[in-house]
Amino acid sequence: MSTPQTAARDEGFGDDAPEPGTRLRGGRRSRGLHIYTWVVIGWLMLPIVVMIAFGFNNTTGKFNFAWQGFTLRWWEHPFAIQDLTGALVNSITIALIATALATIFGTLLGIALGRHRFRGKGLVDLVLFANIAAPEIVLGAALLSLFVTLGVNRGYVTIVIAHVMFDIAYVAVTVRARMAGVDPSIEEAARDLGAGPWATFRLVTIPVILPGIVAGALLAFALSIDDYIITQFNAGQTLTFPLWVYGATRFGVPPQVNVIGTMIFTVGVLLAVVNGLVVQRRRTWKPLSPALGEGATE
Amino acid sequence: MIRRLRSAFVPYALALPAGLWLAIFFVAPMIVMLSVALETGSLISGFTLTWHFATFWQAIDLYHVQFIRSFVYGLVTTVLTIVIGYPVAYWIAFRGGRRKSTYLLLILLPFFVSFVIRTVSWQFLLADNGILLGHLKAWHLIPQNFHVLATSFAVVLGLTYNFLPFMILPIYVGLERVDESLLDAAADLYSSKRQAFLRVVLPLSVPGVFAGVLLTFVPAVSDYVNAQILGGTSTTMIGNIIETVYLENNQYPTAAALSFVLLAALLIGIFAYARALGTEDVFEAAAA
Repeated sequence: MSTPQTAARDEGFGDDAPEPGTRLRGGRRSRGLHIYTWVVIGWLMLPIVVMIAFGFNNTTGKFNFAWQGFTLRWWEHPFAIQDLTGALVNSITIALIATALATIFGTLLGIALGRHRFRGKGLVDLVLFANIAAPEIVLGAALLSLFVTLGVNRGYVTIVIAHVMFDIAYVAVTVRARMAGVDPSIEEAARDLGAGPWATFRLVTIPVILPGIVAGALLAFALSIDDYIITQFNAGQTLTFPLWVYGATRFGVPPQVNVIGTMIFTVGVLLAVVNGLVVQRRRTWKPLSPALGEGATE
Repeated sequence: MIRRLRSAFVPYALALPAGLWLAIFFVAPMIVMLSVALETGSLISGFTLTWHFATFWQAIDLYHVQFIRSFVYGLVTTVLTIVIGYPVAYWIAFRGGRRKSTYLLLILLPFFVSFVIRTVSWQFLLADNGILLGHLKAWHLIPQNFHVLATSFAVVLGLTYNFLPFMILPIYVGLERVDESLLDAAADLYSSKRQAFLRVVLPLSVPGVFAGVLLTFVPAVSDYVNAQILGGTSTTMIGNIIETVYLENNQYPTAAALSFVLLAALLIGIFAYARALGTEDVFEAAAA
């Protein structure tokens, strides 16, 4: 929603020329805040810069602590350490599987929560909230208790189960938010035009909430790939990338970790930038038909 | 008629897969963990349910120091993230202009690097003779035996760093919703800038701050990775204890009891805080 004031603010006038009625906005104080914000951003970036930089360190010993010259050799053999690469592959495959399952289950749940009313809806809301708000250690420990009591061996499969468990809530909440913002009349219009419920779902509902589904899926993937606590409790002897890195701190983290970390970081940034650009383009789309256009743009 | 029955059935069918998964792997484990807390035995001889409630008291008795320490760390971290993060959220929401999403992306950028790697990077930065301290010591600006790692300061620093975006984002979302014309109205009523902030913006930002507190305090208190990588023996948090007792000592009943006490303490803390704020804010924040 955009009033004249907020529209002006969004156009970027905030810092420069004052709009009418802005006696309480703008001014010298915001310069200080501006600098402060950049200082905080810089502080947030510091460990990342260190990680990237020391992927190029020509270190000879086990410990990558002191700068010993620039080299590209770690980039030539980033997957030289078998255990590390194996753990990385585990992380990626687990994240892909967990994301796929959580996205399907979570999307269906999100649609149900965002559009329908049903008995137990309040309970489901509470469970989702509890899942997101509860500390990871409790989630992981509880699931471990279940596996231990049932005598289930912890390994790859239990990790996937755990990841789906906490990913579903994030996908469901994201899709629900998107779903709730969609005008139900476009589905009714589709029915009026003769589409059955499955066709409506496939051709109208899903495309309209697709940004929410994608956002939920990306979130689930990011959470899965980075998860440490819940994974550690349910991994048994299996290693994922974060688990391997943590174990490596005891005997020296190899530069390959920095290289791989930099790669993941770059991919993540590219995805975010691409996603941002896609969202921008969608905003300026010319809708093919007024009815579809209503829901198709942000 | 069948059509009507079928459409009434639809939401249940949609919710079923997710609901089932959560029931089996989230809700049920909580109940199982409670029963484990009431068991006695060992890994070799097996565990049996004996309704041994004493485990809870023993656990609290043994580890109350770590419990208190964790809550203190969590509280300090939360306060620090609010102090550091609120101005940033304010600036982006009110002065960010066109580049708001860029700033938000920059704030979120650290999350594209694994949490463990981020913390290990801090371990590297704060090393006794590393890049920061080493130079300061060489220039004799600090004593030679000065160390940051293995102190509470390092752990709280790590916690604050890792959870700062979790505080900035909800506060930003809350502030973004503030209608700037309210500030104009305040100006029309002869308010100063400071008054306008304190009496208009600040109260309206409370739901956002509450959401941020929820997303920061709970995980900060329960964290153990920061303490493990940046801390030492005097900074052990309850999360470390739970992890050790579960995964190394395999004393499942004690560990389960500790988890429950932690959860209960956090819930009490959250509801007390929500009460102080007013319950409508809780649901608004929860829905956000």
